[in-house]
Amino acid sequence: MNPTAQLLKKKKKAILENWMQNQLADESLREDLISNDDLRRQSEELLNGLLSAIEKGNFDDIYANEFEQVTDILSDISVTRARQGFTPCETTLYVLSLKIALTDVLEKERRDQPELLYKEVLQINRLLDSLSILTFETYLRGREEVILRQTDEINEISTPVIRVWDGILALPIIGTLDSSRTQVVMENLLQEIVNTGSSIAILDISGVPAVDSLVAQHLIKTVSATRLMGAECIISGIRAEIAQTIVHLGIDLSNVKTKATLASALLLAFNMLALEVKPKKTTVNTNRIIK
Amino acid sequence: MITMTKDTMQIVREQDVVPFRNRVRELSTKIGMSLVNQTKLITAASELVRNMLKYANGGKIILEIISKNGQTGVRLTFVDEGPGIENIPQAMQDGFSTGRSLGLGLPGAKRLVNEFDIKSKVGSGTTVTVTHWKNGR
Repeated sequence: MNPTAQLLKKKKKAILENWMQNQLADESLREDLISNDDLRRQSEELLNGLLSAIEKGNFDDIYANEFEQVTDILSDISVTRARQGFTPCETTLYVLSLKIALTDVLEKERRDQPELLYKEVLQINRLLDSLSILTFETYLRGREEVILRQTDEINEISTPVIRVWDGILALPIIGTLDSSRTQVVMENLLQEIVNTGSSIAILDISGVPAVDSLVAQHLIKTVSATRLMGAECIISGIRAEIAQTIVHLGIDLSNVKTKATLASALLLAFNMLALEVKPKKTTVNTNRIIK
Repeated sequence: MITMTKDTMQIVREQDVVPFRNRVRELSTKIGMSLVNQTKLITAASELVRNMLKYANGGKIILEIISKNGQTGVRLTFVDEGPGIENIPQAMQDGFSTGRSLGLGLPGAKRLVNEFDIKSKVGSGTTVTVTHWKNGR
């Protein structure tokens, strides 16, 4: 067994106590997030794993087999800590405080052998640095996964095609229209026109924050494609400031039917289909008035 | 003319467009620009940043709040190190595009803002500076 590992193993209790004290004395201790008992259990588990991993004198390669348990525990800790609401700083400090505990013990034991002490402290330093980088990486990976999942979710919910009436489809566009989204919007819309046999499609751009020439070009393309399918396209949700901007930009939307609100677009669609919406005459109301 | 605040944004991917636009919105809200003027500036900024991404693979934007003769405004400077524009008067014409777009980006942006300046050198890059004042005049 490696002499350093042997010494550290012998002094395990002292190291754990020292480490716990360091952690408990730290101002950033988050008793609100993790109880002291849990912290002690977690720390002891990690220390045990670490001490058995370095038995053969491997202080450099944390991706070797004997470190599997340690890296597993650490990944687990940083993922749960990310979820519990620890900051990345607090999570990394947890590992770095173990370094202090380990070097403290070495310092006491090897007081009369400075050369050996220096070598050992360097080794411990390197090892614990690699481990804290690993912790940080895992923490970030956890965050990255959350972001990727959210991106997927946004992409999925972003382009619903709604059948508002027999023969009338509505497509509320929310957010920025870029090329890839236009592609999805167009595909969904054209497919839905085929599926439902609709003859009118309303594109509502109330939720599009800025209409620049690229967005306009995408809209015009969508309108043209819809026309080729034999359906008519109405663009609604053009706000006052957007209308002014489009005019200044010089975009020609004169051969596209546009409306300010979805309601007026729907009314236009009803007219085009020769449908009529009338207030209902009810007997209940008249009765009430008589009383 | 005095610069009140100044910061820089790097644009390298299409995903940088939305944060940039939001930053422009923030600045124009801060100086109390009306919604119409905000939208004009943001749209012009959006045109220019897209040009930068499309033709020069991105670049740098300097965002400033400036004050001149008691007027406050937002000034944006788009600096890229792309291929440059050979014929600026032609590029400023409505409907001219080398990239199969509507060809309204540069002339449209010029119409949307109060002050517009473009400098370009073939082979070394293009710098576009736009200023929009609080009251849009």
